[in-house]
Amino acid sequence: MTRLLLTLALACAAAGCASTAERDPRDPWEPFNRSVYNFNDKLDQYVATPVATGYRKVIPGEIRDRVRNFFGNIGDVFIGVNNFLQGKFEDGVSDWARVAFNTTIGLFGIHDIATDMGYEKHDEDFGQTFGRWGMGSGPYLVLPVLGSSTVRDGIGKGVDFYTDPINETKPFEARWGLVVLRLTQTRADLLDASRILEEAALDKYVFQRDAYLQRRRSLIYDGQPPREKDPEDEGADKDRKPAAAEKEGAEDDKDKKPR
Amino acid sequence: MTKTRSLASALVLSVLALAAPARAQDPSAPDQLVKTVTLEVVELITKDKEIQAGNRAKLIQLIDAKVLPHFNFPAMTALALGQSWNKATPEQKKRLTEEFRTLLVRTYASALAAYSEQKLDFRPLRAKPTDTDVTVQVRVMQPGAQPVPIDYSMEKTAGGWKVYDVMVGGVSLVANYRTEFNNVVRESGIDGLIKNLASKNRALQSSGLEKK
Repeated sequence: MTRLLLTLALACAAAGCASTAERDPRDPWEPFNRSVYNFNDKLDQYVATPVATGYRKVIPGEIRDRVRNFFGNIGDVFIGVNNFLQGKFEDGVSDWARVAFNTTIGLFGIHDIATDMGYEKHDEDFGQTFGRWGMGSGPYLVLPVLGSSTVRDGIGKGVDFYTDPINETKPFEARWGLVVLRLTQTRADLLDASRILEEAALDKYVFQRDAYLQRRRSLIYDGQPPREKDPEDEGADKDRKPAAAEKEGAEDDKDKKPR
Repeated sequence: MTKTRSLASALVLSVLALAAPARAQDPSAPDQLVKTVTLEVVELITKDKEIQAGNRAKLIQLIDAKVLPHFNFPAMTALALGQSWNKATPEQKKRLTEEFRTLLVRTYASALAAYSEQKLDFRPLRAKPTDTDVTVQVRVMQPGAQPVPIDYSMEKTAGGWKVYDVMVGGVSLVANYRTEFNNVVRESGIDGLIKNLASKNRALQSSGLEKK
């Protein structure tokens, strides 16, 4: 996995996708990323979306919840490890308590009883751990099949993949069955969101990239990221006040409408 | 992948807050406003058979009546445009705000249509009574997944508390449009952006009619 990333980075350098003028500083490899994005998009359109749509039609929501819980439980093991690595011991203990309860009373994880017991699920991975340790994200990077990432998160994904308990599953057929099922479940859960993205974005690539970068930043700081010092933000902030004053007239009428 | 999923479900639910002046509540409590409106809208959509059957026009009507009065669209549009907003004429500002509002309402309708009775956790407001700019937090609980936080940035105006940004899973809607908008403005100016938004809205409208 990591090797794949290195190869990609080299291929990128060779293809000359170094930064040029007018490009987003966070995304110096945009032409390369866009071509991978287009490939992924086609793959999604012709394979993943039809499969996930079919899965959602055929499999009742109740069962899909069980499938999500099952994989979520497996994921909790390393979510705990990552919390420990980030020094969040309380969260880590909570994650492992989840695994203990859900694997036993929750019947191999198909029931998420730990949530009802007050052990909330967390969202951690090695990319976030590296970020927490102070590693910058590096340029934005779209990975084949896996999608939005950055250099740091790509390396993190490599470690996630390497430590994924599913990879230890034997025999081989069972492992791939699980991998495909997990992918299908994940894609099915995303069907509504991807349709909304389709509707909301003027340029899907840019919209998705910016959302990914914002989202990762928020996750690294567990939802409390420090304010960014972006000159654009300051400008926009100043803009807000006059705008707020300006609209008063128009909005007032609406407020008088009876409920 | 899991992150994207929670983000997704969040997007789906970002919608669920905001509407109807909360007359019975303390007007200085924006969190009460969010709660009242969210619960009201959720109840209306889950009870309405036509909306459940996919009547998009009716859903948009509901959003117009209940949710929109609590959004400050000129402020949202200004924030999304950043510095380009200052270069726009009053007429351009008006058109931009209208088109952006149409786009957001349509997106909201899609998100609301995907709501399937997830539990909502309304967080207590952490703000001083004198604050005029607060963040109201709601969390969408889902089995087997991390709760998705929805943060409403709200500002106190003469017309009551108004939302000027929504953050879903840490992603600010307004900030997310900024790069897109500025790319278009750089290439084809503010009028280009207005045209771009208008044609996007028209395309969505016609595709929506075909489906429903």
